[in-house]
Amino acid sequence: MDFSTFLLQLLNSVQYGLLLFMLAAGLTLIFGIMGVVNLAHGSFYMLGAYLAWWLTRSFGSLTLAIALGSVLAVAFGLLLERLLFRHFYHRDHLDQVLLTFGLIYVFEEARSIFWGDDVHGVSIPEALGASIPLTDNLSYPVYRLFMSGLCIVLAIGLYLLISKTRLGMKIRAGAFNHDMTEALGINIKRIHAIVFALGVGLATIAGMIAAPISSVYPNMGSQVLIMCFVVVVIGGIGSVRGALIAALLVGAVDTFGKVLLPQVAGMLVYILMAAVLLWKPEGLFKQ
Amino acid sequence: MTTRRLVLTRSAAVVGAASVGLLLPQIVRAQSNRVRVGFMLPYTGTFAQLGVNIENGVRMAINEKGGKLGGREIEWFKVDDESEPSKGVENAQRLVQRDKVDVLIGTVHSGVQMGIQRVARESGVLSLIPNAGVHAATRGLCAPNVFRTSFTNSQPTLALGKPMVDKGLKKAVWITWKYAAGDEAFEGFKESYTKAGGTIVKELGLPFPNVEFQALLTEIASLNPDAVACFFAGGGAAKFIRDYAAAGLKGKIPLWGSGFLTEGVLDAAGAAADGIMTTMHYSDSLDTPRNNKFRGDFARTFKLQPDVYAVQGYDTGLLLAQGMEAVKGDIGNKQALYKALETQTIDSPRGKWTMSKAHNPVQDIYLRRVENKENKVIGVAAKALADSGAGCKMASA
Repeated sequence: MDFSTFLLQLLNSVQYGLLLFMLAAGLTLIFGIMGVVNLAHGSFYMLGAYLAWWLTRSFGSLTLAIALGSVLAVAFGLLLERLLFRHFYHRDHLDQVLLTFGLIYVFEEARSIFWGDDVHGVSIPEALGASIPLTDNLSYPVYRLFMSGLCIVLAIGLYLLISKTRLGMKIRAGAFNHDMTEALGINIKRIHAIVFALGVGLATIAGMIAAPISSVYPNMGSQVLIMCFVVVVIGGIGSVRGALIAALLVGAVDTFGKVLLPQVAGMLVYILMAAVLLWKPEGLFKQ
Repeated sequence: MTTRRLVLTRSAAVVGAASVGLLLPQIVRAQSNRVRVGFMLPYTGTFAQLGVNIENGVRMAINEKGGKLGGREIEWFKVDDESEPSKGVENAQRLVQRDKVDVLIGTVHSGVQMGIQRVARESGVLSLIPNAGVHAATRGLCAPNVFRTSFTNSQPTLALGKPMVDKGLKKAVWITWKYAAGDEAFEGFKESYTKAGGTIVKELGLPFPNVEFQALLTEIASLNPDAVACFFAGGGAAKFIRDYAAAGLKGKIPLWGSGFLTEGVLDAAGAAADGIMTTMHYSDSLDTPRNNKFRGDFARTFKLQPDVYAVQGYDTGLLLAQGMEAVKGDIGNKQALYKALETQTIDSPRGKWTMSKAHNPVQDIYLRRVENKENKVIGVAAKALADSGAGCKMASA
């Protein structure tokens, strides 16, 4: 592998890693702060992809679809939190697993009823459709740079929100000691709702921006969910920083594995996970 | 109280079951002179359209032969297999045990086909495969009562290698999904390409039905081979064709593949598909009187354009009708029936074909190029090509 190929594959792996981070961040936040194991997290990714396809088809613009879809997704997240998840914060993990596992089926069935079982493609917006030539026979698609850029902006925003704002302080406090935070007069219920909607929003946006490069198809959420859990486990449950590092690591191992060791590529990330767990059973950045 | 209710519900169940015919004595049904034909096809999900086209094809062929099988009326049964391999055996058994079909026609998905294969081998019911190309069905697990009217997964790619080398494309990269159909297509390509003198530089794969091709396309660009050969199908194929063009490879590195790459996806792929070369046992644009007549009739009857799946269904109907004709409808005479099915020549829209020893079509494979959203036939890539049938030890019926 020469240097320019290496560089290009590095861009591919960072792009994939950042996308995984968008998903894993929500998963790890919801677990870390509310203690809810949300198996239906991947379904929000699928929801995002289908929204992108559906709204793009209706309005003719992916940008508009993403803007509108994000609002719809956050609203949906708030509604779901109010109606369902709120009642499960204090239940044990088995109950939560049953609830969210059941939700996967509900979402898949609803998707099948509303949008059918076909595979769909979403076109890349014309303005982002070009490729930047790196060497004479290698070039990199602009849309992927845009994706990576958007993910980085959202990651920085998330970091600032949690570590620098008043709301972030309350979120951290709530994660650290639920009852004490409540005793101090902070409306913990509202904090939970916000965090949940944030997680749903991130997963849905990830699905929407990924739609043009990954297609839109049934069960796409379950596949990505497994990778998310790998990332969260490697990074350390509840750690957003860990999720970022782990996502980039998984992205690199998966991308380079596909190219260098295609025969065993499917296994490599699990081998990575096993190796990390042997070395650090709690993940890289256990809080 | 409980017991009484139990008795009531049970008797209700018995009456209900009897009235729909579940408990009728065997003899009553045997007296009816009808042939029971069961479809086990996908009627929902990604492959739903394929299932519908296959069924239309079967019915059209039999209607052309007068709507009867060897002079006997037909009773139809249908099961939606949902392309769900885990329910393959159960669904096949519903047709064989509950509906007592004489003939089982199915299916599309190779994984589900393995379930049918098990039921067919155990029950001995006549089973016709109108699509699924899984090798085992006509190789290691072949059976006297199982006949395929479509192809094996490696059959199209067995014809792919030679024309590539003839065009001077001597170094190729292979790419596919890592699952049975992809692996079996590769087997055919490897054999034909290396035999013709080509070298496979690298074999790339990704899990089915993953469609994130970027890293692999980057690798292809850096390897810079003479050509790329591949197996993809359905929505993923359209995506691959578009991504291939978007990565700047179209026009630089010729793209070749098993014909399923461009079947039913040319609208979705658009201009990105122009120039792709494939090998396949049929093409919509096959300009023969036989095919033109078939296409006209099919379009008029069903208000749908026929495709390769409709042709395979049609051939299944022809095979069954001709075989039943030969034994004068005596479906119980298995030895004669199988012999008849084995020796038929099918005058198909794809061209005439015959049955191999292992019960798979011996057929011409066409070389095709995509031009303006059409698979244009350039010539015959392989004449009367048979699958090896390796490992098939057919017990006599």
